[in-house]
Amino acid sequence: MAAEPWQTAEIPGPTKALVITKPEVVVAMIKKAKRPILIVGHEAVESDFGEEKLIDYLIRLAKTAKIPVVATAHTVGEFVKRGYSHVAEMPAVDITNRLQDVEWKGFDSKGQYDLALFTGLPYYMMWTILSSMKHFSNLKTITLDRFYQPHATWSFPNLSKKDWNENLNILLNKIGGK
Amino acid sequence: MACSPLSRKGIHVKVKELKTDVAVIKDLELSFGRVFEETWAEPIGPTPFPSVTALREWDHKLLQRYKPMYMPFCDVCCLCTFGKCDLTKDKRGACGINMATQQSRIVLLACCIGAATHAGHAKHMIEHLTEKFGRRHPIDIGGLNIEVEAPITRLVCGIRPKTLGDLEVVLDYIQDQITHLLAATHTGQEGSNIDFESKVFHAGMIDHLALEVADIAQIAALGFPKADPKAPLVNLGFGMIDNKKPVIMVVGHNVLPATGIIDYLKKKGLTDQVEVTGLCCTAHDTTRYNPKAKIVGPISYQLRFIRSGVPDVVVLDEQCIRADTLEEAEKIKAPVIVTSDKNCQGLPDRTNDSPDAIIADLVNGKAQGALILDPEKAGEVATKIAIEITPKRRKSKNIPSPKEIMEEAKKCKLCNDCVRACPQMSPIPEAIKEAEEGNLRLLADLYETCIGCGRCEEACPNHLAIHSFIVKAAEHILKEETFKIQAGRGAIQDVEIRNVGSPIVLGEIPGVVAFVGCPNYPHSGKEVADMMQEFANRRFIVVTSGCSAMTAAMYKNEEGKSLYEIYPGDFEAGGIVNVGSCVANSHIAGAAIKIANIFAKRSLRGNYEEIADYIYNRVGAVGVAWGAMSQKAAAIASGCWRLGIPVVVGPQGSKYRRMLLGRGDHEEDWYVYDARTADRVYVGPAPEHLFYAAETKEEALVMVAKLCMRPNDTTKGRAIKLTHYIDLHKRLYGTMPDDIHLYVRNIMDIPITMKDEIMKILKEKSWKEGRVPDPTLLPRMIRKRKE
Repeated sequence: MAAEPWQTAEIPGPTKALVITKPEVVVAMIKKAKRPILIVGHEAVESDFGEEKLIDYLIRLAKTAKIPVVATAHTVGEFVKRGYSHVAEMPAVDITNRLQDVEWKGFDSKGQYDLALFTGLPYYMMWTILSSMKHFSNLKTITLDRFYQPHATWSFPNLSKKDWNENLNILLNKIGGK
Repeated sequence: MACSPLSRKGIHVKVKELKTDVAVIKDLELSFGRVFEETWAEPIGPTPFPSVTALREWDHKLLQRYKPMYMPFCDVCCLCTFGKCDLTKDKRGACGINMATQQSRIVLLACCIGAATHAGHAKHMIEHLTEKFGRRHPIDIGGLNIEVEAPITRLVCGIRPKTLGDLEVVLDYIQDQITHLLAATHTGQEGSNIDFESKVFHAGMIDHLALEVADIAQIAALGFPKADPKAPLVNLGFGMIDNKKPVIMVVGHNVLPATGIIDYLKKKGLTDQVEVTGLCCTAHDTTRYNPKAKIVGPISYQLRFIRSGVPDVVVLDEQCIRADTLEEAEKIKAPVIVTSDKNCQGLPDRTNDSPDAIIADLVNGKAQGALILDPEKAGEVATKIAIEITPKRRKSKNIPSPKEIMEEAKKCKLCNDCVRACPQMSPIPEAIKEAEEGNLRLLADLYETCIGCGRCEEACPNHLAIHSFIVKAAEHILKEETFKIQAGRGAIQDVEIRNVGSPIVLGEIPGVVAFVGCPNYPHSGKEVADMMQEFANRRFIVVTSGCSAMTAAMYKNEEGKSLYEIYPGDFEAGGIVNVGSCVANSHIAGAAIKIANIFAKRSLRGNYEEIADYIYNRVGAVGVAWGAMSQKAAAIASGCWRLGIPVVVGPQGSKYRRMLLGRGDHEEDWYVYDARTADRVYVGPAPEHLFYAAETKEEALVMVAKLCMRPNDTTKGRAIKLTHYIDLHKRLYGTMPDDIHLYVRNIMDIPITMKDEIMKILKEKSWKEGRVPDPTLLPRMIRKRKE
């Protein structure tokens, strides 16, 4: 599918996300990053991913890539239920605000993050959050969702569920070699 | 501090001694222009009729704690012919503006639109009511139960209005301030985003004034419930309407045309023969005027109600009315009467024509509608048309049959344009495909989350009437919508404030939560009803208004009762208080102000900063606008921010383009003065945020409980508030909150049942004991200076 905003009327402006044409791009970005972070919204709990939910995949990704996770809204409990407790909890607008603060040292007090991977937020809220990041932070942002988000640095184009699953599974397999 | 020149409006001449050939006159005082009977003994505060910059210092104190975080919709500015200008990152436009300043400018524009809308409404109301009832009509909004009749006006303007005519000077001030604020948004004006934000707060304060003027005037003159916790239960819902009768549909926010209809029906003895139904806030106020009127539902019901064919005549006033109402009404052969200069719909002005001539043209189809700028005449015309046209119309619908839906559904090519236009991203294509097979179940499932915008139809390349499909599929649900809502009660009584003032300020009533605003809900309105019930059960005071108040009525318990039949309408712990329409939101802010005045004996008169400081540090109030959509909602929220009241919106609220977020991890942000000792005391991030978009209902519930904490909470009060915060967090998140240490000031704050668990956390966080000050952000409030 095309690299155009999933919600038709949401026209971003001159600076649009680079399109992830193959998952290796994300793998390279994650490997290159010194301080990546994965931000997971509540839709990861509801969103089907093959036979499981997106959150199950994300736990595997976080473990494999050793990326710290921050769960927004009430999502933290779902991670804990699945036996994954290495997860910080923070509202979506709050983590967005902190990621823009160059003085913020992160959840582990070791310094600012340099790559933020977003997934599982409502499309329109992700839109405004990524726009905020684009204009007011120096971080690179990637959305792992299956709809094109022009305000990210990198985004998948609008994908069918099947193609999206395949892409994310390849990403996971490739990242294992990190 | 600077005050608006309006405070000095009029000419006042004072002559100590005047000698002429014929007489000696001593102590002569003459006033021209507006004259106030100044018998108010309360000393005048520092900022009566504050100018745009008079409260800037206070605003900057708040904005230092709650720094704006901007969330632009797009990268460009397109407000002048220099543009479009690309403002991406730190680029500046041709006028020199940057992205942060541009976003704050847009927020100010939105708030000016909101404030101007309420001001226009109030102005129209005052002009009409003073003409009808006289300028000397007394402002009685609660008899002996209300002595502080206009807390916002007293606070902001420093006057105590006693009659409708007294409100004119308030309106003049409002209009003056909106003009200045709007002027600041012109290209090449304000260059600081923080000063734009200060103006946003000013616009909000002005908006609250306008709300108050409009509502106290209509309560006083139109006989609405007067601060009545036992205001009548009225009917709400599609299924409540007897469509065998002629049905008049009123839409908007200005009740005057609806009163014209009700008065005419009463005069002619026709009250029981015609159904008067309403949508949006006009519906609230129509039932406040006459409890026999019926509420159809919030703004989201406009399309579905018109297309159902039930209304025989449509009467529009102002605000939140669909711009395509005329076209929609034409399809069901219902004439349209427009009654406001804000919304003429291209119709001819028939204000000066005889009613019979207008009626003949509309009933015979010679004209589709008319502009009638006279509420009484509009009432007569609407009623007669409804009665005459009903047999001719035979309730013509614009809703397809199941067979027609099946046929139409075959045209669907699964292009996804509908779902890409839907604000909810609802799975419409799947539902249409199933309808093709004759199964409307999936279409019916969409009804609960559908906000009735109709964007799906506009997007469909095959012009499928998707919204109508959904309405038809859910017809059985629609017909069973039979609910009760308590009519808007208006203000909060002074005695109620006396009863709850102490437990609120001490924290023993865990909070006052106001559910207000529009129905742009992220999932369904049930979330609003669930949240209100949760807080009422927890003995918070729950207040509501507008579309949220209607939505909350639309969910029943197992016994078939709505929230308004289960919970008392008193302003007390565990009450659910419907104050009324959007303009009745003034009573919510007014209640917070009255706590400072009636309970704490703080002077209101032109004393904004001190009262806001009091509310901010002591009154655990939070606003929730879960489906906030409009510019008016933005203005109402900004009035709350200046008073130090946090507002939580749903995820769609992130489209307001900026949040006001505190940083709990920045200890230096959370110091106050102890007014007793002048010490600077750390009080924790209470409240942590001032404007905040929550992603889910669960997040909102937890955040609201947290935002109710205030520095002034007693240890008992803080323990109660912490109990609710932790309990909700554990239940909804499945974990302990990770910031409890920021809210425990000393051991006595810890809820007794959680002591061991919390002590362990405090130890891990290297927590240090603090103290409970007499909190203020204002150095001038310190009673004792250190040597």
